[in-house]
Amino acid sequence: MAAGVAAWLPFARAAAIGWMPVANLPMPVAPTEKNKRQDELIILNVSGRRFQTWRNTLDRYPDTLLGSSEKEFFYNEETKEYFFDRDPDVFRSVLNFYRTGKLHYPRYECISSYDEELAFFGIIPEIIGDCCYEEYKDRKRENAERLMDDQEDNKDSKLPNMTFRETMWRAFENPHTSTMALVFYYVTGFFIAISVITNVVETVPCGSAPNQKEVPCGERYTVAFFCMDTACVMIFTVEYLMRLFAAPSRYRFMRSVMSIIDVVAILPYYIGLVMTDNEDVSGAFVTLRVFRVFRIFKFSRHSQGLRILGYTLKSCASELGFLLFSLTMAIIIFATVMFYAEKGSSSSKFTSIPASFWYTIVTMTTLGYGDMVPKTIAGKIFGSICSLSGVLVIALPVPVIVSNFSRIYHQNQRADKRRAQKVQKARLARIRISKTGSSSAFLHSKRNGLFNEALELTQLPYKMNFSDQSSIEEEQRLSKSTSLLESQHHHLLHCLEKTTNHEFVDEQCYQQSYLEAGLQTYPSRSPSLSSQDGVTGTCCTRRSKKRHTPLPNASAQAHMHPLTHPHAHQQGLQELSTIHIQPLSTSRSSLNMRVDEPAPLNCQSGQITTAIISIPTPPATTPEGDAHPPAGPAHQNVVKVSAL
Amino acid sequence: MLYFLGYPQNGHRRGVRARLMRLFPCSTAKKPSASNQNSVEDELELSAVRHRPEGLEQLEAQTRFSRKELQILYRGFKNECPSGVVNEDTFKDIYAQFFPQGDASTYAHFLFNAFDTDHNGSVSFEDFVMGLSILLRGTVQEKLNWAFNLYDINKDGYITKEEMLDIMKAIYDMMGKCTYPVLKEETPRQHVEIFFQKMDKNKDGVVTIDEFIDCCQNDENIMRSMHLFENVI
Repeated sequence: MAAGVAAWLPFARAAAIGWMPVANLPMPVAPTEKNKRQDELIILNVSGRRFQTWRNTLDRYPDTLLGSSEKEFFYNEETKEYFFDRDPDVFRSVLNFYRTGKLHYPRYECISSYDEELAFFGIIPEIIGDCCYEEYKDRKRENAERLMDDQEDNKDSKLPNMTFRETMWRAFENPHTSTMALVFYYVTGFFIAISVITNVVETVPCGSAPNQKEVPCGERYTVAFFCMDTACVMIFTVEYLMRLFAAPSRYRFMRSVMSIIDVVAILPYYIGLVMTDNEDVSGAFVTLRVFRVFRIFKFSRHSQGLRILGYTLKSCASELGFLLFSLTMAIIIFATVMFYAEKGSSSSKFTSIPASFWYTIVTMTTLGYGDMVPKTIAGKIFGSICSLSGVLVIALPVPVIVSNFSRIYHQNQRADKRRAQKVQKARLARIRISKTGSSSAFLHSKRNGLFNEALELTQLPYKMNFSDQSSIEEEQRLSKSTSLLESQHHHLLHCLEKTTNHEFVDEQCYQQSYLEAGLQTYPSRSPSLSSQDGVTGTCCTRRSKKRHTPLPNASAQAHMHPLTHPHAHQQGLQELSTIHIQPLSTSRSSLNMRVDEPAPLNCQSGQITTAIISIPTPPATTPEGDAHPPAGPAHQNVVKVSAL
Repeated sequence: MLYFLGYPQNGHRRGVRARLMRLFPCSTAKKPSASNQNSVEDELELSAVRHRPEGLEQLEAQTRFSRKELQILYRGFKNECPSGVVNEDTFKDIYAQFFPQGDASTYAHFLFNAFDTDHNGSVSFEDFVMGLSILLRGTVQEKLNWAFNLYDINKDGYITKEEMLDIMKAIYDMMGKCTYPVLKEETPRQHVEIFFQKMDKNKDGVVTIDEFIDCCQNDENIMRSMHLFENVI
């Protein structure tokens, strides 16, 4: 239960009197305080600084050190106070958490010492309030990265029992791990550079023979360039094959961007080898050579910055798309306008709207080549508007992209984005768990039957007088299971259940019962139902005793089941229950688990909507309807089936 | 570029309008909303100033709580509502925390009206403690009276079926969705029927205070449950 409202629990319980005239069932007995302590001040001595607070304040969070009986370990008999040998400054925040319900993170505090204190006092950091949570997480992440960087530097030692393949992969990924890897790294880098330079130099016109026109070097020194090319491609091929061999997941490696670049870099050569020196295909061959320039992208393995740039462009795709879109819009508009403005002038270069695109682009990007110039006055006016607006259109999205880049750059410098998302999910999950803790605690204690136990204990106060020892034992047992506040809260919820004649169940059981409403028969409710892990829900084990009788006139897929109600209604009531069974493919996984059991509703064929209407039983006269196993379902007539 | 031209600039418009209004000082048009807002904010600020309850002695005399109990109650009250009064939203929040699975806001609304005896929209500590005094320390008659007051939504002295249905739905809402057996649409209505069968002696479709008290006093369960929460404080 949340903090602060613990003080309002008496009010909520008192207000429950409003349900009493409406309820038809007797209410459960209220838990009583065995030794009704008056609220007292307790003194917490933390390294000499004394804090005082009410005992009830600390009792608000019974699952922490200060709220549970664990603090008794620190009780000092002589001075009648609780002594903790911890940091008093951090303790301030801890105590304020009890007082206000919000945990704050003091900014001047070291993150690891704060974490230690929280761990000592049994408080989970996820409860830190929203005002301080960002700061806390940032500091924690920084710290973790710093630690990790230090660890990585120390991780150079080879791990034993690494296969040759793993060693190779590690060498490829982290060149500074071994000398061989470093050599390999530099050699490949060198050859990439050579290859790129070769491609460039190939096209430079070298000297010419006296009576021939200038030829590019590539045609003059064909053999030399061919040998160079071959050597580079051989190195690249060997490298690619080695990476492919060493990759832990070859399929994933082959799909990765870097390997595609590798392949594209070396393929043209092989294709060129295969193809004959045919005139027709030589045009295509020349095109292929263009792809050799992709070798320059192999440098991105050698440069972290290039990789980040690529990643940024990928993640800024939406902004880039917006830029492109707005530019296109503006280009089309201005091109159209210019075309019609210049239509009248003679010898106008603006022959068509697409032809005007070129002018518009050149003007908007403020290039202004001058190959196309408007001549009419209207054209000049619109041309100037075009160039002014070009500046604005381009200047607006670009800073967004720039800021994105710098943000991503700093982010990628250290932490992984995915790691952060996982932590966020974990935090939300933990907060959700602690928030639903109250409701699941109630269900949990119901299942465990501890609730009943607690009631029994409170109903027999004379037991307490037997001996101090036994009473202390029982008290400890109780306080371990549920604090008084919790038991009172559970009593309140129990009263509500009795008023409405329905029980609280958890999500899974609800879906289960929703799916199978009417299928279950209800054995006697005994507190001896052992509690499983809370999540699976023991109420679902009751299903084991279900019975079903297929009606002769029912369609093949739908079966009818007598509807038995666990709580026999003392007054005759008409019951209508409708079951909607969704196709199994869309049901949640929890439902899928249960379907394996001999569920009479075999929903393999899509959607079935079954309506079960039962005629009311004659009023049962048993006053304790709860524990009564259902009388023969033969009383009830099952009527209608419609399968859609 | 086009989005520049179309983008509304609200502040600018307001400034122009204000300037125009100043040119016609005789115009008795309603003030621009800004000053209205200011006055509303002033009111809020004033009401946010703390409400102090009556003295401890007076409350001791008016309720059946001891001094110490009043102290404990006030500390809890003040902790949750530092301003000294609870408004309906805070009330709903607080009450909802006790029923995590369902929606307690409707019932909290009815409860709020039952506690807010002077109907001024906020529950002060006095209202709070008076209500609690009846509920925890009152006679059975007083408690039943209080319950009748809770059910009688329009405070006309009669509980009609519609009012009871509203209350019933509010109670069932607190159960939430995940119940066993599954909550059906007609369950509150059926429950109301049972209630009226029991309580409405002359079958005139409404329950008066006398019918209510009579009937409850004859019902064992109800009598027993009235004494359930006596040791709450």
